[in-house]
Amino acid sequence: MLEDNMENRHCGCNSNCNQDCNMSCDCMNNNEEMSCACKNDLREEMMMQLRAYKFSIIELALYLDTHPDDEKALCLHREYAKKAKELADKYQKMFGPLTISYPCKKWRWLEEPWPWERGNF
Amino acid sequence: MAMGKGEFLMWSYTKALEYPVKIKCTNPRLAKFIISQYGGPDGELAASLRYLSQRFGMPDEKAKAILNDIGTEELAHLEMVGTIVHQLTNGVCPEELEKAGLGAYYTDHGIDVYPQSAAGVPFTASYIAAKGDPIANLQEDLAAEQKARATYEKLIDLCKDDPDVIEPLRFLRQREIVHFQRFGEALRGVQDKLAMKRFYMNDCNKMNDNKCNCLKEFNSVNNYNVCDSVCNCNNNR
Repeated sequence: MLEDNMENRHCGCNSNCNQDCNMSCDCMNNNEEMSCACKNDLREEMMMQLRAYKFSIIELALYLDTHPDDEKALCLHREYAKKAKELADKYQKMFGPLTISYPCKKWRWLEEPWPWERGNF
Repeated sequence: MAMGKGEFLMWSYTKALEYPVKIKCTNPRLAKFIISQYGGPDGELAASLRYLSQRFGMPDEKAKAILNDIGTEELAHLEMVGTIVHQLTNGVCPEELEKAGLGAYYTDHGIDVYPQSAAGVPFTASYIAAKGDPIANLQEDLAAEQKARATYEKLIDLCKDDPDVIEPLRFLRQREIVHFQRFGEALRGVQDKLAMKRFYMNDCNKMNDNKCNCLKEFNSVNNYNVCDSVCNCNNNR
């Protein structure tokens, strides 16, 4: 009975999710060859970089709210927004979703530690 | 901190702090003080709700944007302060909590992070000022940022022995200073707008179009157009 219900949950969309799915992408395979400590170091390094980009975006956005005509700030904002997006995509492919918007084949949102746990990777 | 695909949700949560909090040693005594920046009078919850509530009455686009965006950043700070309190008390036994003055807190809230002041007063909406007056509101916000900065300085004085706690507190203190700067600029923008010859608080065009029946009645009864004297909306007729 339960299995029947489970089977019915396949949506049948046949979508090819290789593009987005973190369980089947190349980088995940590479990761499995890395040692645990090495993986954590990389994860922390990437998160620090992502946090730096994101902080720059916040700071520039607040500045631009009161200085919307500052071309230099606008240019920097564009640059960091692009870098943050690229790195966020890469990070999420390797280590799992940072937001509930990230598409996954398996629901990995539950697996990732919360910011108040495990010192916030 | 929204990022990645499909981030056009308001608001969206990101599983990462704006600034890292990695506290190695518990210290419930400090948690009892720091919780004031979670739900105390000058805390992050009050700050966020204050700014988000004041957006609706602002006459100036810059002021609306800065209230929206700082109000949002304050929610990220709330998450940081909650994390500090959690990590300072995580795994501490009830006896130790009681010794640190958290026996009453543990009784009512266990290991949840409850919005209250350092003295144990629960969060109240009376911490939020939304006066319906852009000058009064922005002056309030400037003072609020200074009060929050002063609170963080007092907390840093109390945390001298733990750099893991001081670092995020210093970051939060610095943000108060940047917010103060931005609110000052927004206030000047609003003052400039109010000093313009033709200025009105509410959008007369919208009111005359279809929104406000009482204004139409008022116009006909008094046989003159309220808006004509203060704005250009008669261009539409």
